[in-house]
Amino acid sequence: MYITSYLYYNVALTQNIGNWPVKVRRNFILARTATSRKTEAITKNGSGNGVKKAASKTEETNGSSDFAIVELAKAEYLKRRKSQLESIKKTDKRLLREMLYQMVLGRRFEEKCAEVYRMGKIGGFCHLYIGQEAIGVGSMMALEPNDMVITSYRDHVQAMIKGITPEAVMAELYGKEGGCVKGKGGSMHMFSKELEFYGGHGIVGGQIGVGTGMAYAAKYKGTGQVALCFFGEAAVNQGIFHESLNMAQLWKLPCIYICENNQYGMGTSQERAMSTRNIAKKAEAFEMANEFVDGMDVMAVRDATIRAIERARKDGSPTLLEVRAYRFMGHSMSDPGNYRTRDEIKKYQERDPIVLFQDSLKESKVLTDKDFQKIEAEAAEAVERAVKFADESPFPQESELFTDVYA
Amino acid sequence: MAVLTIRDALNQALREEIIRDENVFVMGEEVAEYDGAYKVTRGLWKEFGDKRVVDTPITELGFAGVGVGAAMAGLRPVVEFMTWNFSILAADQIINHAAKMLYMSGGQFKVPIVFRGPNGSAYQVSSQHSQALEAFYSNFPGLKVVMPSTAADAKGLLKSSIRDDNPVLFLEQERMYGNKGEVPDDEDFTIPLGVADVKREGTDCTIVARSMTVPLALQAADRLQEEFDVSVEVIDPRTIKPLDVETIVSSVKKTNRLVIAEESHYFASVGAEISHTIMEHAFDYLDAPVKRISTAEAPNPYAKNLEALALPDVDKIIAAVKEVCYL
Repeated sequence: MYITSYLYYNVALTQNIGNWPVKVRRNFILARTATSRKTEAITKNGSGNGVKKAASKTEETNGSSDFAIVELAKAEYLKRRKSQLESIKKTDKRLLREMLYQMVLGRRFEEKCAEVYRMGKIGGFCHLYIGQEAIGVGSMMALEPNDMVITSYRDHVQAMIKGITPEAVMAELYGKEGGCVKGKGGSMHMFSKELEFYGGHGIVGGQIGVGTGMAYAAKYKGTGQVALCFFGEAAVNQGIFHESLNMAQLWKLPCIYICENNQYGMGTSQERAMSTRNIAKKAEAFEMANEFVDGMDVMAVRDATIRAIERARKDGSPTLLEVRAYRFMGHSMSDPGNYRTRDEIKKYQERDPIVLFQDSLKESKVLTDKDFQKIEAEAAEAVERAVKFADESPFPQESELFTDVYA
Repeated sequence: MAVLTIRDALNQALREEIIRDENVFVMGEEVAEYDGAYKVTRGLWKEFGDKRVVDTPITELGFAGVGVGAAMAGLRPVVEFMTWNFSILAADQIINHAAKMLYMSGGQFKVPIVFRGPNGSAYQVSSQHSQALEAFYSNFPGLKVVMPSTAADAKGLLKSSIRDDNPVLFLEQERMYGNKGEVPDDEDFTIPLGVADVKREGTDCTIVARSMTVPLALQAADRLQEEFDVSVEVIDPRTIKPLDVETIVSSVKKTNRLVIAEESHYFASVGAEISHTIMEHAFDYLDAPVKRISTAEAPNPYAKNLEALALPDVDKIIAAVKEVCYL
């Protein structure tokens, strides 16, 4: 079960300048930036600051490493196509519809968040999930309802997949009394004890330790639950990742670590922050099962998660899944996005997880265009309801400032 | 009443709570097979086995996180730091996670966890092993901070801490593990958190001391009575957070003088907080400025003479009391 696709990495590595000393790399990048102006940066001031994209868009390769990565992902997807359609065939149709609905709802909900954020309805930080929907849906909808989930601050969509209503999530974003944590947490801190949703957490990597502890409790009490623990690829560089995986494997804790590799830690690309692109393989340092998964393919995420759940329920074995996706939006709503190009984003959007899933569902004759329209309409309605609820919900009472400080 | 060392009183508390509640377990470095670096967990692993007494790797941030997650999911972990100095590695889990979880989750997720271990100086272990961290942790809403100074308090407060639904930081003192005192035999003996104890009654000056400085203050009080006919009242808050302000304030209203003796460094200490509290609540009752005895404003040194110079002692406390009594 140690399935890792090295193909992606190898191609990336042929152009990888990540191992070069910083000074050499910067000079290389600056030189490339000066000569290669094929792509237009979103803003003008980001070109000289060690931006990897400028370096990778070289004339001789006729495209960027992103170009190569996406093309390869497409090729691998085609190769997998048969087994993907097989999995669709094996899956309950109502569930498939619900999966698509959750992805569409997530997308439309986040688009609405961006809109109302700009109107000043949402304060503070607001990190959107657009582009990563297949990861949350594919993995979480393979769980039993009493399985536990914990995630990072990019948590709106996962909160809804776990069952928190769009109304309660939107009201929380508005800082209103009707929010799922009464307006005390905001965008980064959605929780539901009843639904076993252990929260969105704001310290990069912090939830990896907590998630490991949730799995510890499941094993201690013998409940048969598994813990699903999400984090971004930048969290892998934190000590807590390594400390937690060591204990999880040592003690055989039923924890499924899902690294949502959206390729950027805030504005720093993975290759500028990590000595290797291969995150799944890091699990092998702990002799832990691991897989590299295409995060644009919801069925691939689902199948890999099902395999991980089987291992976890059988003997408590943990798994690390590296799920590679791409963040179509900025890190947060306040991200100027000057570290990557529009072309790069467009390239990844060719593999929009919702479109890919719709194509497969259509090909499998599970759903039709008419169903898609219906799903869109349902999602739009749910988002409108959420906004209305959030608008109408009152702000928390002032006395709430001092409640819940101590139990 | 049995006479026990603080070490054995803590051990008894752990043992009784492990028996009382199946969700209580002890984890930390060397707590199981090795019997505890300072033998507080002696015999527990033999008696209760791997499930209830868990040796961890040396991975403070990691096992603190495991404790927080396990507590959120319904267990009651007692996490030992070999010393509180090492808790600094785990501060993210204590401060960013344990302390705020209940609040951030709108009251949904309690974190009933105890972090415990020796705090403050030992004997010549130099700068990185001699820090008193109560002021640091007391600054964060959501945490409770407990510091016992006697065997009975150690047992009664630890049992209460384990039963408490909040994250409790339980700060012991290595120099005091061997100190003996009477401890009630009753298995349901507990001491509520947030209640100070008047360790000695007096009328001329109040000393507020905690942990290691409590026995020093009591010795100072004996000598002040004997040598200068000064009657000193010694108060041990026992719980730093929440602080029993009332007991301290009413004592100062009686004695009109206050000396605070503590092991942490001087700047921004718990003593500074108490001093301010007295200014707020008993300013008109003071006959002298509040005086504080703390550890010197330098990392703790190794050399025996320098270490002694840095730490609070009986003579320094006596000098401070004399000063506020204008003697």
